Amino acid sequence: MTAPLLSDALGPRGRRRTLVASVVAGVGVAALLAVVLRRFQAEGELAGELWSPLLDAGTLRYLGAGLLNTLKLAAAAMVLALALGGVLALGRLAKGRPLRWLAGVVVEFFRGFPLLLLLLFSVFGLRSLGYDLPLFWSIAGALALYNGAVLAEIFRAGILSLDRGQSEAAQVVGLRDWQGMAYVILPQAVRRMTPAIVSQLVTLLKDTSLAYFVQYTELLRRGQLTGGFDRNLLQVSIAVALVYILVNFLLGRLARRLEVRQRRRLGAGALTVTGGPEDLVAAGGPGAGAP
Amino acid sequence: MSLTLLGWLGAFGIGLLVASFRVSPVPPLRWFGATYVELVRNCPLTVLFFLFWFGLPNAGVQLPRFPSAVIVLAVYTSSFVAEAIRAGVNTVAAGQAEAARSLGLTFGQVLGQVVLPQALRSVVAPLGNVFIALIKNSSIAYTISIVELTGQAQTLAIRTAEVIPVFGAAAAAYLVLTLPSGAAVGFLERRLAVRR
Repeated sequence: MTAPLLSDALGPRGRRRTLVASVVAGVGVAALLAVVLRRFQAEGELAGELWSPLLDAGTLRYLGAGLLNTLKLAAAAMVLALALGGVLALGRLAKGRPLRWLAGVVVEFFRGFPLLLLLLFSVFGLRSLGYDLPLFWSIAGALALYNGAVLAEIFRAGILSLDRGQSEAAQVVGLRDWQGMAYVILPQAVRRMTPAIVSQLVTLLKDTSLAYFVQYTELLRRGQLTGGFDRNLLQVSIAVALVYILVNFLLGRLARRLEVRQRRRLGAGALTVTGGPEDLVAAGGPGAGAP
Repeated sequence: MSLTLLGWLGAFGIGLLVASFRVSPVPPLRWFGATYVELVRNCPLTVLFFLFWFGLPNAGVQLPRFPSAVIVLAVYTSSFVAEAIRAGVNTVAAGQAEAARSLGLTFGQVLGQVVLPQALRSVVAPLGNVFIALIKNSSIAYTISIVELTGQAQTLAIRTAEVIPVFGAAAAAYLVLTLPSGAAVGFLERRLAVRR
């Protein structure tokens, strides 16, 4: 929570004015909510029979299985994306120019590509070409390609954010390139990158809802099915949205916890790669933190 | 394209407003801003579209396709804009705001004339990323079947079964849009950079 840095400690008149503004703003927010609720009431959307199916054991089990599918998909895609991102990042930092160039092209291409198109291609496109992958893996593959490319940039920014002296010192004590990377650079870089990685994983989890378009029965698709059945699409979609918000909020909390813990361990001056402007300069272009 | 531009205008307006809420001295506005950002940012865009398109008509709110797509994109993107701007406000040295206050400027003047102009310059790059993401997200608007770049590719694909060249062309069109945007952002950033 940001403290109101932009105003002084207030005198009596200022406090009174803030109080008045608070009341006005509070009333405004409450009025906004009231308008929405009135609208729902007027259209009969608050009726118990529209909300109660959400608590029905069958519906809950059905939606729960959908959430499980979402999480399975996210987990598989996360593992693939992290591996791919690592490989691509190392490729971009490699000594050989062709390798660097190739990894750069792959990263730029998949990062600039709308994920939905990639997904449609990997499901329908490959199918029409005669490759019949299981639905689950073609979705996970598309998610991994896109997020892997983004993660590669995060990794690269993290590795480049380390002082040159670190790799020079590794050379001086006689470590080979890969040893220096594995024992000196990566352990430090990974710690700095953790918050950015977790927030990219939140994005990945949100992206799994795109699987809705290719008929994979994850949370949203299942929500649509049960909402169509019980005629309570509005209620179901609110519930589904809340579930996503809750899961992602918890992941975000985790990211912040990790960041705080690391600050404490490494001292207040510890750097983190957050995807902010200064990291983007290091990464040489748009990177983390985009929706 | 017009979807992206209108969405951006809306997102920037809402984002700026919400960011000002979050740094204002009025607690309810700060809470409202924080809640809004957390809710919208953690909700997948697809789900927002779904809510707007399938949910709200039940409550008697039915808008034509194009405006509702613009609204959804604007609302979703605004949460990221707000976060970027807030990060920018935090990078402005505290002395700037203190100096402005010592001149007797009010909160609105401090924010509008001293802090925001500096904050916005420092967040050109993140805002550019948000804009590029918006271009790509506009492809999701195809669900509500706006005749738009990706939407056309999809119907074409079904009709002709010649999927690859069509997807290839659509992808190329997107890359043509996104890659120069990246370059333009870099240029803008250099142009607006403050020498320190």
